Amino acid sequence: MKVMAISHQLKRVDFIFSNENDWEKVLSTTIKKKPADLINELISSELKGRGGAGFPTGLKWKLASEAKSDAKYIICNADEGEPGTFKDREILSKVPYKVLTAMAVCGYITGAKEGFIYLRGEYKFLLTELNKAIDEFQYYCKEIKFDFKISIFMGSGAYICGEETALMESMEGKRGEPRNKPPFPTQHGYKNMPTVINNVETLVHTFTIFKYGAKKFYDLGVQYSRGTKLFSVSGDTPKPGIYELELGMSLQDFVYEFGDGDTKAVQVGGASGFLVPRKKFKDAAIGFKGKLTGISLPTGGSMMLFNSSRSMYNVLDNYLEFFREESCGQCTPCRVGCQQLLLGIKAVKRGEKPAAYLDKLLRLTETMQLTAKCGLGQSVANSFSSIVENFHEEMIY
Amino acid sequence: MPIMQAVVEREKYLSEYSMIEIAKQIDIPAAEVYGTATFYSFIETKPTGQFIIRMCKTITCAMKGKNQVLFAIQDMLKIKMGETTPDKKFTLLETNCLGWCHKAPAMMVNDEVYTELTPEKVRDILTGYMKINEQNLN
Repeated sequence: MKVMAISHQLKRVDFIFSNENDWEKVLSTTIKKKPADLINELISSELKGRGGAGFPTGLKWKLASEAKSDAKYIICNADEGEPGTFKDREILSKVPYKVLTAMAVCGYITGAKEGFIYLRGEYKFLLTELNKAIDEFQYYCKEIKFDFKISIFMGSGAYICGEETALMESMEGKRGEPRNKPPFPTQHGYKNMPTVINNVETLVHTFTIFKYGAKKFYDLGVQYSRGTKLFSVSGDTPKPGIYELELGMSLQDFVYEFGDGDTKAVQVGGASGFLVPRKKFKDAAIGFKGKLTGISLPTGGSMMLFNSSRSMYNVLDNYLEFFREESCGQCTPCRVGCQQLLLGIKAVKRGEKPAAYLDKLLRLTETMQLTAKCGLGQSVANSFSSIVENFHEEMIY
Repeated sequence: MPIMQAVVEREKYLSEYSMIEIAKQIDIPAAEVYGTATFYSFIETKPTGQFIIRMCKTITCAMKGKNQVLFAIQDMLKIKMGETTPDKKFTLLETNCLGWCHKAPAMMVNDEVYTELTPEKVRDILTGYMKINEQNLN
C-alpha cells in the first residue's frame, strides 16, 4: 500500500545551525538588558523544554531568578541517551558557542556564576574541541568583564542520568538515582542550591530568541507548540539525519517526506515515546499537549521509522531490554516492572502464557505509570501499550 | 566520580584495591565507592583488555545488521560477548544506544566511534588496532 499524502507542508527552518560568529555581539548586547525584560521575552516566546518533557523555559528561569541563595548553578544537559536521538551531539560539535552564550545569559538572568555541561561518556571524543571553545569563550568573558565560569562534567554511561535530579546526584559523585520531586531543581538542585538545568537544544533556542526577539520564534509552530525543533530521523528511511522542522506538523506529512514508501509505524520520542501505526498517521501531530485536534505527541526529537519487514515484537523486546538495563533500581515498580514485562512478552511469544496475559502486563504498565518515581519508569508504559495495542497479533504469533 | 574516571582512563578498570584506596582517601565506606562504580556502565570493575569494543545493541543498530558485524568480530578475535582475548588486547562488550542511529550500526573502541559498520569494515578496523599493538611492542 502506498502512503497517500493529503497535504504536504513540512517546513524546514534553519536557526540552530546557522552561523554563530556573532555570539560575542549577542552576549554583550543581551547582558546589557534588564533580567526581568529578558525573562518576559522568553515567556512570551512560549519556548518549552526540548528534552521531551516540555516545561516552559521562561518560567523555569524566572523561578530560579527569584530563588534566594548565595550560589546558583546552570547546567546544560548533554546526557543524550534516548535511543534514536543524536541532535545534541551535532549542536555541541557544530555550534558550541551558542550553547555557551545561552548558559552565560541564563547565569546573568538568574544570578548564577557557574555553569556545567554534563556530557555523556559516549561523547568523550567531543571533549577536546569543546574545551577549546570554552577557553575562548571564557577569554571573551574576561574581556568584557563578565563573570561566568563553565566547565565540563563527564558522564559514564548511564541513561538515567539524563533525568535532571539523577544527573545532579551523579555530579555530586553518587549513583545517578533520581530524587523526589518536589522540591524542584530551581529551588534545591545541584549541591542543594537553586539550579537551572536545560537541554542543549533548549539553550540554543534561547540564543535564537535573544538574537531575533521572541516574535520570530513565536510565529513558527502552532498553538501550545511554538517554534522549531530538531528531529533525529533514523530507521527505515532513505535520508536519515538531523532536520530542524516547525512544530505541529502531522505525522502523515513527515512520513511522506522521510518514509521509504513502506512505512508501517513510527516511534516518536525514542524508547520512552509512543509508537504510531500507519492507520493513525494522519491524526497524529508532533507537538506538546493541549493541541486542539487529534493526538499530539511530545518528543525529544527522536523519530524512528519502521517498514513492513520489521517485527514489532523484536522492537518491543529491544526496548524492554534497554529499560531493564537502564532502570536505576531505586524504586520497585520500575526495577521489577521492567524485568517482568520482558519475561512476560517472551513467555507469551513462546506460547507458555495465554494471549490474555498481555492484558495483565498492560495493567502492570499502568501501575508503573502511577507509582514509578521518575520519568523512566512512568514512560515505559508509553511504548509498551502503544505497541501491544496496535500490533497485538505480532506479540502472540 | 572524576577520580574513578581518571583511574579507569589509566588502568582501564577499577580494581578492588583502587576502590578501597579511593574510599580511604575521601573517607567514605568502600561499599559506597563500589555501589557508585557498578552503577555506571563505563566504569569496569573487572580487568579488561587494552581495547574495549562496545557494540551498540539498541534498536536501529540491531535493525541495520548489528549481528553480522558482531559475528565478524567474534569470529576474528575468537571470543564471545563479555570476554577478553588471551593476549589482553581486546574486550568485547555490548552497550546501549550510542547516539549514531542515523549511521547505524555503530561501535566504540575505547573512546573512538566507528559507524556504518559492515563485516568487512570491522575486520579492517580491528586489523588496524592489532598493528598498533605490534608496533608498540617493537
